Amino acid sequence: MGRVHDTVTDPVQFVIREARLLDEKRFDEWYELFAEDGHYWVPASPNQPDPLNHNSLAYEDKLLLKLRIERLKQPTAYSQKPASRCHHLLQAPEIEKSQKDEFVVRTSFIYTETRGDESQRYAAVAWHTLVGDPMKIRLKRVDILNCDAALPSIQLFL
Amino acid sequence: MGSYREDTGALKRLVQADRVHRDVYTDAEVFQLEMERLWSRTWVYVGHASQIPDPGDFLTLDVATQPVIVVRHTDNSVRVLLNRCAHKGTKVVYAPSGNAGKTFRCPYHAWTYRTDGSLLQVPLKEGYATDVKHNSLSNINSETYRGFIFARIAKDGIGFRDYFGDSLSSIDNLADRSPEGELEITGGVLRYLHNCNWKMFVENLNDTMHPMIAHASSAGTAKKLWADKPADLPKPMSIEQIAPFASDYKFFDDMGVKVYPHGHGFSGVNFSIHSAYSSVPEYEAAMKKAYGEERAKKILGTVRHNTVYYPSLTIKGAIQSIRVARPLAADKTLIESYTFRLKGAPDALLQRTITYNRLINSPMSVVGHDDLHCYRSIQEGLAAQANDWVDLQRNFSADENGEITANGTSEISMRNQFRAWAEFMTP
Repeated sequence: MGRVHDTVTDPVQFVIREARLLDEKRFDEWYELFAEDGHYWVPASPNQPDPLNHNSLAYEDKLLLKLRIERLKQPTAYSQKPASRCHHLLQAPEIEKSQKDEFVVRTSFIYTETRGDESQRYAAVAWHTLVGDPMKIRLKRVDILNCDAALPSIQLFL
Repeated sequence: MGSYREDTGALKRLVQADRVHRDVYTDAEVFQLEMERLWSRTWVYVGHASQIPDPGDFLTLDVATQPVIVVRHTDNSVRVLLNRCAHKGTKVVYAPSGNAGKTFRCPYHAWTYRTDGSLLQVPLKEGYATDVKHNSLSNINSETYRGFIFARIAKDGIGFRDYFGDSLSSIDNLADRSPEGELEITGGVLRYLHNCNWKMFVENLNDTMHPMIAHASSAGTAKKLWADKPADLPKPMSIEQIAPFASDYKFFDDMGVKVYPHGHGFSGVNFSIHSAYSSVPEYEAAMKKAYGEERAKKILGTVRHNTVYYPSLTIKGAIQSIRVARPLAADKTLIESYTFRLKGAPDALLQRTITYNRLINSPMSVVGHDDLHCYRSIQEGLAAQANDWVDLQRNFSADENGEITANGTSEISMRNQFRAWAEFMTP
């Protein structure tokens, strides 16, 4: 496994590193990228206004992310036999907004998740809101192109 | 393999009192017969009145694999129509929902129908037979009960009240939880594609012997994550909702299960995994004001787990969400999960049901992943030919029939569903 720098100050490099941690299933390190009030959000419909009053595919604070990551380590996580693998093919991230202490980065990507002989693929756009020093994720929102379609189990992180 | 369509005896032999033949889950012909018989002769949930509040508002869906429109007619009545132009068969409306105005106009040759299905006009009508006006979009029987719209495709058959009987008390409890007695579907829908037979999903909702096993990795981990926290620290809603899935056998057995004729039933007669949620004082005050103290206490003290309105609808009154089964093929089922706003209740209640729905019913749910894994695993396991039978014997009693209350871990709800299955599947 190649070396990935521990601290990244460039928001574009941060987003690239974040995807790599997921693809290498280094979920504990990935978890540490989130700010204490950070959230991971996958809306269930296009242009969804908010995560609280509308159903989402996922809307997780650090506690729920921890649950998801710890569950993946359990021998009783039956849906992970065989284990899923994922791959993020990123287009060059674009900085949408840059303020003193906050960046918003938009990244178009193709996500592939496989399990055994099965493979699913999604076109998606990730919106990272990055804050602080060291840089942390306040919000990672993933807009899946067909988020409102009938979907099978998606078991890892887009 | 013989033809179940021709051989009623063979079809009957698939269901025995305490076990069923694997073909009920895997056979394509049995699935087709289920659509023509069980799903066409029974009352199937098609939508909620709050989704079509104004004249012209419509929903489209498939019922028993047939295309259907649910529409609010100009006189405010709810109509269920077959979505098939009387001319060439085109669907007259294609969007999942919308407002049609006063008519549906076929996009192919402009045959135009009123929202009660009657034909309004046809271009160059002199070229057609004089009775072309009688062609309409077929009307299907429908009934709306406290906003829940059900349809029966078969022209004749069992009446709505006879079919559901006292099981409607779970819908009452859900609607009564609104201080105004009214519900509104809101927050969109979660659409989870299951690569398994529809019955595995429906049976599982009152299978209380699986949560502590199948959900050990999710609910068990949630419990552990919170185990070392001080007892007086308020539990986050997410932990409060997921952790009870890891309750022990005694908990689920003491919950109790009740069944009604025609396959309906619920678990959580005495309490359920929803009983220990934090109180919402503002809501409880609104309930007391609307119903009086005693009645409000009774409504909120009825905390059923899952109620199955066989075969299509499953509801959770205590958390205001419903799951709808849409069979697509013998090994393919769409599960759609909706959430309700209780009219007159604070937003916190809506946010609670939205959180629950996302945690449990989303394609990204860690609880759902293990359930679906098990269903799929059954679908593949049933290819084994050495044992044709799926076991339903837990707490079986030879004289069980009609309305019965039993211990929560009994498999009586599954046997009860198959009694209804056999009743409606034979010609």
